[in-house]
Amino acid sequence: MAPNNTAATSQIDPVVVCKNVNIFYGDKQAINDISLDIMPKTITAFIGPSGCGKSTFLRTLNRMNDTIDGCRVEGEILIDDTNIYHPDIDVVPLRARVGMVFQKPNPFPKSIFDNVAYGPKIHGLARTNAELADIVENALRGSGLWDEVKDRLDQPGTGLSGGQQQRLCIARTIAVAPEIILMDEPCSALDPIATAKIEALMTDLAKDFTIIIVTHSMQQAARVSKKTAFFHLGDLIEYDSTETIFTNPADSKTQDYITGRFG
Amino acid sequence: MIEKTEAQKRTESLLLAGLKSRRARERRFVWLGRGAIAIALFFLATLFISIGTKGIPGFFQYYVTLEVSLDRDRLDPAGDLSDQSFFDGEAKKLVNEAIYAELGVTGRKPKKAARSLLSNGSDVRLVEFVKENPQLLNSAHRVKLALDDDADSYLRGFISKDTPEKLRRINDQQIAFLEALQEKGLITREISDYLFFGSASRNAEMAGIKGAFFGSMLTLFICFIIAFPLGVATAIYLEVFAPKNKFTEIIEVNINNLAAVPSVVFGILGLAIFINLFGMPRSVPLVGGIVLALMTLPTIIISSRASLRAVPPSIRDGALGIGASEMQATFHHVIPLAIPGMLTGSIIGMAQALGETAPLLMIGMVAFIVDIPNSVLDPGTVLPVQIFMWADFAERMFIQKTSSAIIILLAFLIVMNGVAIFIRRKLERRW
Ligand SMILES: Nc1ncnc2c1ncn2[C@@H]1O[C@H](COP(=O)(O)OP(=O)(O)OP(=O)(O)O)[C@@H](O)[C@H]1O
Ligand SMILES: [Mg+2]
Repeated sequence: MAPNNTAATSQIDPVVVCKNVNIFYGDKQAINDISLDIMPKTITAFIGPSGCGKSTFLRTLNRMNDTIDGCRVEGEILIDDTNIYHPDIDVVPLRARVGMVFQKPNPFPKSIFDNVAYGPKIHGLARTNAELADIVENALRGSGLWDEVKDRLDQPGTGLSGGQQQRLCIARTIAVAPEIILMDEPCSALDPIATAKIEALMTDLAKDFTIIIVTHSMQQAARVSKKTAFFHLGDLIEYDSTETIFTNPADSKTQDYITGRFG
Repeated sequence: MIEKTEAQKRTESLLLAGLKSRRARERRFVWLGRGAIAIALFFLATLFISIGTKGIPGFFQYYVTLEVSLDRDRLDPAGDLSDQSFFDGEAKKLVNEAIYAELGVTGRKPKKAARSLLSNGSDVRLVEFVKENPQLLNSAHRVKLALDDDADSYLRGFISKDTPEKLRRINDQQIAFLEALQEKGLITREISDYLFFGSASRNAEMAGIKGAFFGSMLTLFICFIIAFPLGVATAIYLEVFAPKNKFTEIIEVNINNLAAVPSVVFGILGLAIFINLFGMPRSVPLVGGIVLALMTLPTIIISSRASLRAVPPSIRDGALGIGASEMQATFHHVIPLAIPGMLTGSIIGMAQALGETAPLLMIGMVAFIVDIPNSVLDPGTVLPVQIFMWADFAERMFIQKTSSAIIILLAFLIVMNGVAIFIRRKLERRW
């Protein structure tokens, strides 16, 4: 199959449509003319050797790279048919719709409750304190953390274990009820048990959210994702269902990478 | 034993050969460092001992207790305890009569010798005593009065009896009087209330730091309310919001350079702009505070930026990632973590401003004020300038008071730095 990267299942419309995206850091081009579609309520994995531009591409989806000096994006990224790089687009609602979980757990140095309540508060999602408490509880339940922290919501979030902190960050993100969650190597700092928990959580969350995950673990990509994109030196080499990528890749580079021959 | 490869053997022999000189170099460096610290400690100890030995006696002075008849008609002729009435009264005469009586002197010359043993401010002190205790009027009461600075110097042993009478500032008769008073147990050495509660005075025994202290407080107050908000806001803008381009780069370089500009230049600037151009009054804490604020701004900006930069970017990314605006991420998450550093930097800047003399001399804050400045628009002076002026006077007692005032200034600096450390400990991220 030639890299026909657009809509594999034609009945469902994609949520994210990227058209000819080029990304530059100053004069250096990090992403070369990538087009791909992300399907709603599925987990999509980005894999590829270090430095190939996975994080760079992921960050453009909610414009987190606006904060990086000298980073420039060309092309179109449409979410629900709106180009998010259109000058009239405000990043605040965009980032509320497209949340992000980072590689290193980064809870705010505040209480567990305040960590989760922060997003709903700034977006005015709760009118009463009871409503806010409900949102926080649901988000913590959603991230599977509720039973572990329900008795110490006023304790600092930074006092949790690494895996718990990462789930707190996920709770913080889903508390805003985004449509898409971007995760950049969310398990790279975690042990296998915490990783398993997060993976189970992602599968669970995929019922309601579109999830895009960057990972260096082939097993993780194979276990959780439905679709996989393979990046190499800023190019999108192959994008297909995870099964195809791992069992019958079209490109020899993909084949080499997933079998561990380079990268 | 495991066979070693050629490369492993080579590493071992060369490493061991070089190891000795490597260690020696390390030890030399450690000793150089210790030597430098020892020298610094030696000078610090010398400074403290020198200021301490000169300054601690300056905290004390000699007082004489005399029985003064608090005759109402003579003290307070109008009978209403008003300043004018006391001014018209004869407080000075009553004090003099008290010492004549105590020493049993008669005759013009002995009387002059006796009364000049008392401080020039004795009548003011008597009036103040009466104002506080009006019920004692029309009785005789023992009142403690300061001795004149020459008598004080004699009692401290700075003036020797062996010096020919003509060459000393206190004559034989006065020495005899002092000895008589001492014998009666009327002369006491006590903590000097004039030092703390007196203001500028040409009479060494009455001079104190109160006016300068309040001048310093007012000046620092102005300096703080201008420099802190402006400095912190500038730092936040430059660090978070300003675009990174040539223009902001130039501003940055200039702020860093401003921190190294000699403070007297800021004084000249203040004189030229605030006083000459804007017509603000001379010698007032308002202008002094503005000038010191200009001087302190770079310090505050630089330290605030450093503490903003020290906040891990992951915190701000976390906030931005769930849709906080740049402003919200900064004010909700970055600044609370940077506040301790900002405050510490500002307090250290303030401490620098507290010790500044040169720029304040330029704008004329050398006012000889007997009273404390009531507002930032009253002429005043500040502690370091007061020290500078006292250091110029020849009287023995001024030399000691200079050192005492230096001790007080140092105590303030230590307190301010202590507060800075306390705030940092208290507010520092505990989780
Ligand atoms: N802030 C930046 N400024 C300049 N160049 C950058 C920046 N961030 C990334 N790059 C460059 O862009 C390219 C892609 O980087 P990116 O971080 O996206 O790679 P990655 O695929 O996420 O790698 P990894 O798997 O190691 O995280 C790299 O060559 C990198 O050097
Ligand atoms: Mg990356």
